Amino acid sequence: MAPKKRMSFAEAVDRLESIVNQLDQGEVPLEESFILFEEGVELAKFCSAKLNEAEKKIEKLSKDGLGKLAAIPLETDDE
Amino acid sequence: MALIEDKILSVTELTREIKLSLENEYSSLWVEGEISNFKRHTSGHLYFSIKDTNASLRCVMWRGTAAYLQFEPEDGVKVRVFGDVTVYEKQGAYQLRANRIVPLGVGHLEIAFRKLKEKLAAEGLFAEDIKQALPRYPETVGVVTSPTGAAVRDIIVTLQRRWPAVRIVLAPVAVQGAGAAEQIAAAIEDFNRWGKADVLIVGRGGGSLEDLWPFNEEIVARAVYNSDVPVVSAVGHEVDFSICDFVADLRAPTPTAAAEAVVPDAAQVRAGIARAVKTMSVRMSEQVRRYREVVRGFTTHYGLRRIADVVFQKAQEIDDFERRLYNGIRAMASNRRGRVDRLTAQLTALSPARVLQRGYSMTRTYPGERIITNSGDVKPGTKIKTVLADGELLSTVEEIMPSVREETINEQVT
Repeated sequence: MAPKKRMSFAEAVDRLESIVNQLDQGEVPLEESFILFEEGVELAKFCSAKLNEAEKKIEKLSKDGLGKLAAIPLETDDE
Repeated sequence: MALIEDKILSVTELTREIKLSLENEYSSLWVEGEISNFKRHTSGHLYFSIKDTNASLRCVMWRGTAAYLQFEPEDGVKVRVFGDVTVYEKQGAYQLRANRIVPLGVGHLEIAFRKLKEKLAAEGLFAEDIKQALPRYPETVGVVTSPTGAAVRDIIVTLQRRWPAVRIVLAPVAVQGAGAAEQIAAAIEDFNRWGKADVLIVGRGGGSLEDLWPFNEEIVARAVYNSDVPVVSAVGHEVDFSICDFVADLRAPTPTAAAEAVVPDAAQVRAGIARAVKTMSVRMSEQVRRYREVVRGFTTHYGLRRIADVVFQKAQEIDDFERRLYNGIRAMASNRRGRVDRLTAQLTALSPARVLQRGYSMTRTYPGERIITNSGDVKPGTKIKTVLADGELLSTVEEIMPSVREETINEQVT
């Protein structure tokens, strides 16, 4: 029940919240509850890992010769 | 002789008459001109002239009044000065004692601001119901501001402090002077074409109305209005309002506040996730406990032999569930610290392993590994396996003795 690889943090939190609500209402049969619980734990792990990431670098939006936009690392001594 | 007959005045008398006449005639008036020879004396008084093509007027503004000036006067600025003409008798000079100085350029800007605000408001650009909600967890934040200065630094530091995983993409622009408005508008459009920013911060630090002016231009207002990416506007300080602020999806009082509005605080989110895990775990253990009660009910009260197999299977399922619950919590713990450690400890206490550590044991048939909950399940000679906290014992049943309380036996299932 690992979350989809490209799941965004927002999607993971939304899904986690929905699982907690379902379990909180206590109407899910035990076997199903465990499947939800395990998914919830995976989501929580995914979110925690994401929270521990640190991007640190700043990028700059720039245009190439053809006007195509891209984010490139920003030099610290910029301008 | 006229010289004799005419009344002869002393210099003092004449000067006093001029003084009375001028000061009565020319008080509380506005005069317009360009500042020259501006000097701020160490005493705090301001000395300057205002002039136009043909004439010049000396002016003074006393320190007490000067303290209330809303701008920094300098040579060449066209102003309107309000005050009274006074005569300095010792030098036979007249001057204007200034009470207010209003820069003319800014006066024009103020009128332009009001006019554009009315026009755009009438068009519905400021309507509350078209404002977009900000994403709760943006992955990429676009920043449109000057690459130098305090604003960009405040924004970056605050974003990274609150949400270290955030990706920050800066569009460096001029935020004052000629062409700034066009650059700001183009950067907002570029971010929309690029499409990867979840939210934009557009702004700059404090400055004069003229400095902030690009954010009051229609081209910027239109770009913000047309942006599909939500825009947070942070122009100047708390007291400064710009047209850009009115059009934006959210107006932040400062660049730092804009960054705070855009990303959540990771510490709070972390706590929220810990709470979610706790709720899930508590609910699961409750459910397992309820389930166990049901199973126990069957075995103790009715001892229904026919369904004994089903019951044992259920008992085993419970063990299995508890193991999964425990593993789930442990998996979390390997990744986390603090709050979750306490939570883990709490939940570990509920786990079968901990129960075994308290001196209970679990007995299974051997082979078969079915949990023995009833003395009738075995007979002398049956091999059984007893699970302890740190190992297992293989034994053979010698004798079956009637139980003191059935409850005691069932307790072993835990």
